[in-house]
Amino acid sequence: MDSAFIPNGVRRCAPGKFIAALTVAGAVLLWGVYAMFLCWFKGLNQTNMNNNYGFALWIWADLAVIALGGGAFFTGFLRYIIGKDELKNIVNYAVLIGFICYSSALLILAIDIGQPLRGWFIFWHANVHSMLTEVAFCLSCYFGVLTIEYIPLILENRGIDRVPFFHHLGHNMHDIMAVFAATGAFLSFFHQGSLGGVAGVLFGRPFSFREGLFIWPWTFFLFTWSAAAYGPCFTLLITKLTEAVTGKKLVKDNVVELLAKISGWMMATYIIAKIVDTLYWANVTAPSKGFTLMDFYSHNAFYGIWILVLEIVVGGIVPAAILITDKGRKSPAARTTAFILAVIGVCVNRWVMVLQVMAAPVMTFDTWALYYPSWQEVATTILPVAYGVILIMISYRYLPVFPQETELNPVD
Amino acid sequence: MFPFNFEWIWDMPHMVFMGGLWYALSILGIGMTYCIIKAAVNAGKKDAGGHGHS
Repeated sequence: MDSAFIPNGVRRCAPGKFIAALTVAGAVLLWGVYAMFLCWFKGLNQTNMNNNYGFALWIWADLAVIALGGGAFFTGFLRYIIGKDELKNIVNYAVLIGFICYSSALLILAIDIGQPLRGWFIFWHANVHSMLTEVAFCLSCYFGVLTIEYIPLILENRGIDRVPFFHHLGHNMHDIMAVFAATGAFLSFFHQGSLGGVAGVLFGRPFSFREGLFIWPWTFFLFTWSAAAYGPCFTLLITKLTEAVTGKKLVKDNVVELLAKISGWMMATYIIAKIVDTLYWANVTAPSKGFTLMDFYSHNAFYGIWILVLEIVVGGIVPAAILITDKGRKSPAARTTAFILAVIGVCVNRWVMVLQVMAAPVMTFDTWALYYPSWQEVATTILPVAYGVILIMISYRYLPVFPQETELNPVD
Repeated sequence: MFPFNFEWIWDMPHMVFMGGLWYALSILGIGMTYCIIKAAVNAGKKDAGGHGHS
């Protein structure tokens, strides 16, 4: 039925099976869309956000997907700027995952601002003293870069590529992709950093406040560093998941191992910096504000010292140790475990920097303010996951996402 | 926001923030315009060549 649009030399499932799978993901998507419209038409009273939680589940999801989508800018940087040619075999998928992550982030923000029709105010009536303005600028521009990086892949579809204009357009865009990739790396550096900077400059909240360099708190650099370190792990994890679902090998081991090695070393250096930052904060910064370390990890029902151990040891030291060793990297089971732990680690880091910051008491008469998201918040947070699954399904079916697929899976 | 808007002030934050935004948008816009025009020219040449040969 749709065989004229499926790439040459690959095998895809029957259209019926494909549509059935799309329907399942589409049902979840519709549930999220229903919750989204509830938030738009009835207002933010549909959420459990309150005076303690101006930032809540959505902002955590936003920061998490932006960090996980960091694989796109870092892989693009390694491929086009540093010249790691092997990564051309995974950069398409990194771009697709990045595109999904960033479009999801923008969608979540469109729900979170409550009045999406006024979304353009941040560009026209910009508050030029706000780190979040910089984030909005860089995020929007970088989404433009990801769209530009994704378009040539769409233009490679067999049906579209037959049109001479689209064929040449795709070719021309490939030719100057290094310019777009460099712009993307520049924009990513600043918006990833500023997302961390927002937490670091909260001088009234000693849990997140950090000293820094000039106007940038240390969290600025740690967020950029962690996105570059952990983002590729998410790309590799989704690649592994796609291979498991399709039952095919899609990327050669040497490509996976190269990206895993770079990611592992980035993670190792990041986690050393993070440990130094945490020790300085626990021993100098927090005491100077009248707090001890355990003030932030006790006297409440949820946030114990376990969350710090989960973030730094389980989600940082362990995956880094696996990926920087030859033996760990070459073992598929250990490698996949490292990817999963790394994704958990960066998500916990973003959770802590958004939600634990809001939960921790700052005044002597304050108590811990815990928060539970409403079903509408949960549904709208799951919405991007369903959207991502659908876009990956469609892209995988109709576009040559994996250049090595035909070689690894010859069709008789 | 443009310099001719009433909110505009000629200070460093406005120039850095808005200058950075327009700089990034210009790179993307010029890059895409170049690709589109070149693709149209190449496709036109191919069409003209095709007609000539037939």
